[in-house]
Amino acid sequence: MLQVQGVHTFYGRIEALRGVDIDVKEGEIVALIGANGAGKSTLLMTICGSPRAAEGRVVFDGQDITRRPTHEIMRSGIAHAPEGRRIFPRMTVLENLQMGALAAKPEHFNEDMERVFGLFPILKSRQGQRGGTLSGGEQQMLAIARALMSRPRLLLLDEPSLGLAPMIVKHIFQIIRDINRATRATIFLVEQNAFHALKLAHRGYVMVNGKITMAGTGQELLANREVRAAYLEGGH
Amino acid sequence: MAYFLQQMINGLTVGSMFGLIAIGYTMVYGIIGMVNFAHGDIFMVGGFIAIIAFMVLGLLGITWVPLALLCILILGMAFTALHGWVVERVAYRPLRGSNRLAPLISAIGMSIFLQNYVQLLQGARNKALPPIISGGIEVMDMGGFAVKLGYMQIVIVGLTIVLMIGFTLLISRTSLGRQQRACEQDMKMAWLLGVDVDRTIALTFVMGAGLAAVAGLVWLMYYGVIDFFVGYLAGIKAFTAAVLGGIGSLPGAMLGGILIGLIDTLWAGYFSNEYHDVATFAVLVLVLIFRPTGLLGKPEIEKV
Repeated sequence: MLQVQGVHTFYGRIEALRGVDIDVKEGEIVALIGANGAGKSTLLMTICGSPRAAEGRVVFDGQDITRRPTHEIMRSGIAHAPEGRRIFPRMTVLENLQMGALAAKPEHFNEDMERVFGLFPILKSRQGQRGGTLSGGEQQMLAIARALMSRPRLLLLDEPSLGLAPMIVKHIFQIIRDINRATRATIFLVEQNAFHALKLAHRGYVMVNGKITMAGTGQELLANREVRAAYLEGGH
Repeated sequence: MAYFLQQMINGLTVGSMFGLIAIGYTMVYGIIGMVNFAHGDIFMVGGFIAIIAFMVLGLLGITWVPLALLCILILGMAFTALHGWVVERVAYRPLRGSNRLAPLISAIGMSIFLQNYVQLLQGARNKALPPIISGGIEVMDMGGFAVKLGYMQIVIVGLTIVLMIGFTLLISRTSLGRQQRACEQDMKMAWLLGVDVDRTIALTFVMGAGLAAVAGLVWLMYYGVIDFFVGYLAGIKAFTAAVLGGIGSLPGAMLGGILIGLIDTLWAGYFSNEYHDVATFAVLVLVLIFRPTGLLGKPEIEKV
């Protein structure tokens, strides 16, 4: 469904991605793990065309989207809950969801809203509240809910567990699994919380300094000694 | 008392026009963080398009005032909006993502260009329009001083109120308005949700120019004359209004417009007619020193 082929991305003169290859198949949950600054978020943003890949190709559903404008990519079935959540602070929860639904057909709105309120009941009671006044956990839920409003076939999630209490982290990962099962949406997520992410994912990739160094099923990576030493033990 | 009331009526009228222009400044600033110094000249272009439209309609024999005004309003908004769109496309979009100063300088260049463009096409002399809506109501008579509320003043304030309500609803209730606010709050996230940000910005310029066109039309009808330089002072005063109200804030622009109109008029009425511009710009200086966010503006820092 999504192929990233030999992608290089630059921030100014700094090469953030140095030839990345990723393959995500329909219906999968794929996790990308790696240390801070490895280039994980850059990869997700490069898929969205912002920044653009300087070299290589991004193929979605068999179509080369490398050079397409970001807003068109985001209307073709990809949704992104990016780093830092980026909730519109002076819009209400409902308006944030309406913004998420921009790429979907308007007649689906009520149904989709009920669906995300089913996943995140707290958002229903906060509908009229401004995004900027929500707690971190609520903002994360809103970020995922907003991304779901476009009915994505591919959902990109950047650090959904960042800064959240352990109880909420568990809850969020459970919901990600539910989304994958219920809507058949393919999920590509980036995580520093390697343990939870690999347990959840069908497959995983490890990124170091802008390159993929390892790939395998979630179980394989969890059992791998290097992965354990670098990302699991002494960590979370 | 009667004199004061008269000044208030006049100030409210002038303030309405400043408010209409100020919205264009504040919306563009809100979205791309740039002061569009050519906006005052867009207002002036709006006035000229109105006077041309008056002549064309006169030649066509459409002289029934309400119909003629409606036609001019629509034509004026459309053609002025086109100017706003072209200015954005030519002078600002190519500079997006560059140094913050670059579009500012480009805006000043655009302002000079528009003044000369109108001067070359229409000549440097004043253009006069005979009064279309004259007369008024005598509100009261106190000690020989009659307070008058002109019909034109009623039209100006009424039209402004209608447009402001419509515009506020557009921004707060419609999908386009939400997209504009999204661009204002987090442009990158707006892209990521499928908003065509370039198109939204262009539409913001178009809407601002449309409102400036209305201001140009009523200005022309109120004062009866217009020249190619009128946009400079009116533009800077409207900018002052936007800053006073809190630049980036829509209700702020409306409030600021009315306050500037009142300050301007009251100063001229009570102190000195020569120095009313100075009074207005003193307000700009004071606001920038003591309350840079304006009356209704929000501080720059956001909780992340």
